[in-house]
Amino acid sequence: MESEYGVPTASLQTSIFAPALRAVARTHGMPHLRYVYVPQPVMGKSPEELRAYVDGNDPITGRPVMEEVIEALTRPLSEEEQQQVRFDRSTPRYVEADTEADLQQTFMDSGWTDYLPIVLPTEERVEAMLAGTRHAPDEVVGRMRPTSTREAWQYTVEKVAVNAVMAGARPAYFPAILALAASQVTARGSTTSSTANMVVVNGPIRHEIDMNWGIGAMGPFNHANATIGRAYGLLSQNLQGGSEPGMTYLGSQGNGYMYNSLTYAENEERSPWVPFHVQHGYAPEESVVSIFTGVRSTAYNLGVRKTYWKTHVRNMLLGVHPYLMPTLVLDPITASQFVDRGGFDTKEKLIHWVHENATMPAKIYWDYQLVQNYIYPRALNGVEPWASMLAADPDELIRVYPLDRIHVVVVGGETNGYWRIMGGGYAKSVSIDDWR
Amino acid sequence: MSKRVLNPMGYPPEIIQLGMAPRPETLENKTVYLVDCRFDDSDLLLGQMQDWFNEHMPSVRTVLKSKSGVHTEKDPALFQEIKERGDALVLGVGH
Repeated sequence: MESEYGVPTASLQTSIFAPALRAVARTHGMPHLRYVYVPQPVMGKSPEELRAYVDGNDPITGRPVMEEVIEALTRPLSEEEQQQVRFDRSTPRYVEADTEADLQQTFMDSGWTDYLPIVLPTEERVEAMLAGTRHAPDEVVGRMRPTSTREAWQYTVEKVAVNAVMAGARPAYFPAILALAASQVTARGSTTSSTANMVVVNGPIRHEIDMNWGIGAMGPFNHANATIGRAYGLLSQNLQGGSEPGMTYLGSQGNGYMYNSLTYAENEERSPWVPFHVQHGYAPEESVVSIFTGVRSTAYNLGVRKTYWKTHVRNMLLGVHPYLMPTLVLDPITASQFVDRGGFDTKEKLIHWVHENATMPAKIYWDYQLVQNYIYPRALNGVEPWASMLAADPDELIRVYPLDRIHVVVVGGETNGYWRIMGGGYAKSVSIDDWR
Repeated sequence: MSKRVLNPMGYPPEIIQLGMAPRPETLENKTVYLVDCRFDDSDLLLGQMQDWFNEHMPSVRTVLKSKSGVHTEKDPALFQEIKERGDALVLGVGH
C-alpha cells in the first residue's frame, strides 16, 4: 500500500513477530515500514481485553499504542525513508578454511545444520556427489522460499550437492535429491503451525539404491531413506536463505517429522493397487518423488474390523483437522483388508468412500479457526468447492474433504495391520529420471 | 589440519528499496481505513480501535473493512478504494 498505492500505512502486529517482520520488510524493500505492536495473542481475547490492548502500551517500545498509530501515519518522512536504492547480496562459494572441529562448529553456529553432526562438504566430496548426475554444476535448479510472502533464493546443482554431502547421502541418491530440490517445495516452511513434509519414492530407483518400503520404512532404519530425507531438509533451509527460529522459522511447537521429512518408498510389490506415481500420470518404470506438505497430525488404528470398521474410520477422520487433507498410509495387510471389507479394488474407490463419509455439521466446520483464516475468505470469493459448502444450512452435514485432495499410499512390512491417516496434502511429484 | 569446504547457502535476490507514502500533517477530518487482514480475530481488535477513534478523535472518519481473500493475498479492489477515498491505513493484525 505504501509504495504501490501511495497510502500512508501503519502495520499493526503482535510483538512476537517483530524480528521476523523487520527482516521481511527489509528484503521486500521497505526497511522503514512503520509498525505498531500489541501483545500476542489477539485470537480468542474478549472485547474488553482487546480494548485494553488498544488503550495500552506497545510491548516493544513501551509507548501508548494509539500514540504510535497516529505518529506512524503523520510523522513526516525522513530523508532516509524517502530513498530508493538497490543493493546486491552474494553468497561466497567457500567457507573460510579451518580445522574439522571448528568447521563443524561454524556450520552449527551459522544455522546450516539440523544440530546433528554433518559431513563437511569438501571439494572432493562435492565433486563425487556431482558425478551422480549428468547435469552441470552451475545449472540453476530452482528457487525456494520459507512461505509465499517471503523472498525466493536461487540455487544450482552444485549448491544441492553441497547439502547432499552434508546429509551423508551417496552419489547414487543424488538424482532423487535433485528432484526434491527441483520441486521448489520447501521442507522448512516458516508457518507458525509447525508443519512438516512427507516424501514418497516410487519406481525402479527404490531397488537401485536399496530404499526401505517394508519393516520400519518410516523410521530410522535405512541409509537411503534417512539421508535423502535429511538432505531435503538441509537443502531447504540453506538454499531458501535460512530457517532460524523467530526469524525465518515460526513454528510454535516445531515438528520432529522435519528431521528427514518422513521419507520412504511405497511398497508397490505388496500393494493391491497401482503405485502412487502411476495414479498421477507416470509410467510404472519411471522413478518419481512425491511430496506431501502440511503434515502434523496422525490418527492410527489396527486393522479394518468386520462389523464397525466404517465407524472406526469415520472417528479417525474426525481426528484429522478439517483444514488438513487426509493421506491414508496403509500397511499392505490393511490395504488388502480394505479390499475385502469395502470392495475397494482401486485406490479411487477407497478415496471416494472417504470423501462421502468424512462429514460434519456446517456450523462446526466453519467455526474452526484455520477454516476461518484460510478457507472462509476463499469461499466468499466463490472458490469451489468451498463456495457451495458455504451455502449449506448450519446443521447440514457437509463433506469436509474434496475428492481430489484425499490420497492413499501403501508402506510397511506386514508385521501387523497398523495404519495411519496423516493430516497432510499432496503437493507435487517430480521425475527422478530427469535428474540422473 | 585446515580444510576448505563449500558454502551451503543459496543465492539471495537483489533488494530494491521502495519509497514510502508522504504523510498528512494531521488525521483531523481525514478518513482512516482500518483493514482486517483476516487473521486470528483481527477484525475484533480493529473494531476496538475504531471505538477509540470515535471517542478520542471524532473528526476522524474510520472505515472498518475485511480484505478479500486470505491474509497472504492482495485485494486490488479494496486497495484502489483506499487510494481514492482514504487518507491513511491501519492494516492488521498479522505476521
